[in-house]
Amino acid sequence: MPSPLYLAAAVVISAAITWGLRALPFAVLAPLRRSAVLGRLAVQMPVGIMLILALYTLHQNRPADWPAAAATALSLAVAVGLHLKTRNAVFSILGGTVLHVVLATCLTA
Amino acid sequence: MFDLRAKGGSLSFAAAVSDTASVGLSLFPLGISFGMLVAHTGLDWWWATVFTAVVYAGSLEFLLLGLVASVTPLGQIAVTALLVNLRHVFYALSFPLSRVRPRGRLYATFALTDEAYALTAGSGARSWSGSRILWMQVLLQAYWVTGATAGALAGALLPFDLHGLDFALTALFVVLTIDAWRARRDLPSPLLAAASFAVAVLLAPGQALPVAMGLFTAGLLVRYALRDRGASPEAGSEPRAGAAPEAGEPEPRVPVAATARGE
Repeated sequence: MPSPLYLAAAVVISAAITWGLRALPFAVLAPLRRSAVLGRLAVQMPVGIMLILALYTLHQNRPADWPAAAATALSLAVAVGLHLKTRNAVFSILGGTVLHVVLATCLTA
Repeated sequence: MFDLRAKGGSLSFAAAVSDTASVGLSLFPLGISFGMLVAHTGLDWWWATVFTAVVYAGSLEFLLLGLVASVTPLGQIAVTALLVNLRHVFYALSFPLSRVRPRGRLYATFALTDEAYALTAGSGARSWSGSRILWMQVLLQAYWVTGATAGALAGALLPFDLHGLDFALTALFVVLTIDAWRARRDLPSPLLAAASFAVAVLLAPGQALPVAMGLFTAGLLVRYALRDRGASPEAGSEPRAGAAPEAGEPEPRVPVAATARGE
């Protein structure tokens, strides 16, 4: 169990870095607002970064056995299917997650 | 902190409530799942409130929970925070900070999340006043913090463990990937990202996330250099007006440098 001091340090460090990344560019990047390469990166990065984060979380929680893998694949298919159909992030995230919780809880019970 | 009760402040608040309704509907349940994960990790419920109120970067908070649970060195947490939130650097290119009064800018930059950025990037946001933007950000954080606190309290009370809740984060990123893809159907970008992740897992399994993001960014720069050289040799050094972020984005042509320097 992490100590409160360690947790507080982790929170403060994360908050400071996050705020710095959000605030400093307004001063630093201003001269580059019309930079061609930054403009291109701003357009092309989001989809790739989000995909890497999705793959990373899947890899972090990779299923231990075939039933667990099937549960993850099925939940993923439901989340993607719901989102393609409804375009509603709430339905898609809740739908996939509720299914995954039910399947995972049944598998471990 | 800052004065939102300027003339027309209540109008701005009412407008912000309807501006944030749809995003709030997803932030609140996601906050609940974050709170339940906090309880599930074995932390006291109020850490959910502290995490969401102080760090306030959804994806990082979920990752952070896993990192602190295994008592990861603080240096590695700092690197993770830097790399996961590096994308926020680009929001400064178009977020209308100049409309927010100087004292409010401290909060406006602190709360410049993906969702806040996404809302101001819409075409309807062109006319939003500074206080409407601030209220929008305050409300988004309120949904998130309230959801997380409620989830942590509920998670602490539940007599059994909910398994598989961590899938909420995967679902969130998959949904954001689909949305980003819809905004800009650029196939090489996700292909490059997937390849970068595969290489990172093979070469540096312990540091897959930073390595993958580094490879991906390098790959985009190489792609830019190659394509640019093919198109016109001079283009790299020319500032291009057409390269503004997001298609048709209402970019206020206000020099942010002049206004942001006051911080």
